[in-house]
Amino acid sequence: MPVITFQGAQYTCHGNETVTDCLERHGVSVATSCRSGICQTCLMRAVSGQPPYVAQKGLKPSLQDNNYFLPCVCTPTGDLTVALPGDKVLQRIPATVILKDHLNTGIIRLRLRPEQPFEFRAGQFINVCRETDGEVRSYSIASLPQYHEAIEIHVRRVSNGRVSTWLHDHVLPGERLLIEGPHGECCYMPDNRQQGLLLIGTGCGLSPLYGVLRDALDHGHAGPILLFHGSSSHDGLYLVDELRHLAEAHANFRYIPCVSAEPARTGYAGGRAEQVALQSVKSLAGMRVYLCGHPDMVKDTKRKAFLAGASLQEIHADPFITTHKTPLIDKQATAG
Amino acid sequence: MSKTLFDKLGGEKAVDAAVDIFYRKVLSDDRINKFFADVDMDKQAAKQKAFLTLAFGGPSNYSGKDMRVGHAQLVKIGLNDTHFDAVVENLGATLKELHVPDELIAEAAQLAESTRNDVLGR
Ligand code: HEM
Repeated sequence: MPVITFQGAQYTCHGNETVTDCLERHGVSVATSCRSGICQTCLMRAVSGQPPYVAQKGLKPSLQDNNYFLPCVCTPTGDLTVALPGDKVLQRIPATVILKDHLNTGIIRLRLRPEQPFEFRAGQFINVCRETDGEVRSYSIASLPQYHEAIEIHVRRVSNGRVSTWLHDHVLPGERLLIEGPHGECCYMPDNRQQGLLLIGTGCGLSPLYGVLRDALDHGHAGPILLFHGSSSHDGLYLVDELRHLAEAHANFRYIPCVSAEPARTGYAGGRAEQVALQSVKSLAGMRVYLCGHPDMVKDTKRKAFLAGASLQEIHADPFITTHKTPLIDKQATAG
Repeated sequence: MSKTLFDKLGGEKAVDAAVDIFYRKVLSDDRINKFFADVDMDKQAAKQKAFLTLAFGGPSNYSGKDMRVGHAQLVKIGLNDTHFDAVVENLGATLKELHVPDELIAEAAQLAESTRNDVLGR
C-alpha cells in the first residue's frame, strides 16, 4: 500500500483512499474546500513520486510540470513525498555569493552559486534564509540555468526590511547563505512558440520577467513579446540598456519602460506600466500574460487582463506575493 | 440512468469552455460584480468551475447546506433574488454564446433555479 510522507512523518494509505483522506484519518489537518479536485484550496506538491494524472487535471501546465497536484482527488498508485506549496520540507542548502552589485540606487543584484545540485527555472523563486535568526524571504530568479550556474536575484531595499537590509548592507561576495526551493510557476512554457507574450512588472518584479523573457528568446520564441516595466521615476528602472539591446537584436521583442511620477523622457512611456500596457494592447485574447510586482498592481491587473480577453489559465503571476503572506516577504516586489 | 445535462453539454470540456466566458460576464455585470470584488481571481476561477459543474448537474460533492454556508456572508451584505436572476441570465447568455440548444439552456436554468432558496439562505 502506498506510503505518504508529509512533514517528516509517514502515513499508509488504505484501499482507494485519497491523500487528503489518509492524512485526515491520521489526524493531520489540511486545508480543503470542494474535495472534488476543482477549487485548488488544497494544492500540494509531490517532492518525490508521481501523482496520478487525474490529480493534476485542471492545473496550469506549469504547475503540472512542477509536480503540483490536488490531494483531495489523488489516490496514489505509489509512494509519495508531499509538501504544501509554501512548506519548508525541502532541504535548505548552502549557496555562495559570487557577485553583488547595484542595479540602481535601491536594488542590488546577487548571484548565488548553490553548493549542491539545484535545479531551477527562470521565473521561479527561492527562499533565502538568514541562519542567525531563521528569517526567510522569497526572491524570484532572473537567471537561466542553461547558461548560468548561478542563481540571480534582485533585492530591493525595504526600509526596516530585516532580510533586505542585511543583504544590502552586510552580505559580501564569498559569503554563504542558506537557500531553499525553488518554488513557483511563473516560468516560460515552450508549448506554443507563436503565442503573444505580455510581460508587465513594477520595481524588482522585473527579476522573474527578465528570466522569462530571456528563456523565451533562448527557446526561439516566435510570437510577439512585449515587456512593460514600470517605476515611479527613471531612476527606479534598471537593466534598461540590456533590455534595449535585446529589443534591437530580436524583431519580435518590444521593451517599453514606463515612469509614472515624472515627465517621461524620450524612449520612455508616461504612466503606470499596467495602464500603458492595457492601453497599447487592445485585446489580450490568446495571449499569455505574466504579472510581477506590487501585489495590488498584480491583483488589479489580473482582473483587467482577464476582462480584456486573456484566459484565466494564461495569466501567470509572481506567486509568493499571494501564497505566503507578510512574514515571508519584505513586500519585496513593491514598486520602486 | 438518463444522461445528465452535464453529459449532454459535453462534460468537463464544456465546463472549461464556459468558465472564462461566464466569469468575464459576471465581472463585467455591474448588478453583481461587487460581490466578486475581493475574491482572488485564481481561486474564484476554480469556484466558477464548481458552480458551472453544479449548474450543469455534473459530478459534485456540494450539498444544499454547502450552498447556504458558501453564500451566507453574501446574503448578509444584501444578496437577493435580483442578483440571483442576474447570475442565471449570465449563465444563459454564456451557453448561448457556446451555441448550446435552447432546450438545454432551459434545463440549465432550471437546475440553477433549484438552488435558489439554499443560495439565498431561505
Ligand atoms: C445560481 C445558483 C448558484 C450556485 C449553484 C452557486 C454555486 C457556488 C459554488 C459551488 C461556490 C463555491 C463555494 C466554495 O467552494 O467555497 C460559490 C461561491 C460563490 N458564489 Fe455562488 N452560486 C450561485 C449563485 C450566486 C449568486 C447569485 C452570487 C452573487 C451574485 C454568487 C456569488 C458567489 C461568490 C462571491 C462566491 C465566492 C465566495 C468566496 O469565495 O468566499 N453565487 N457559488
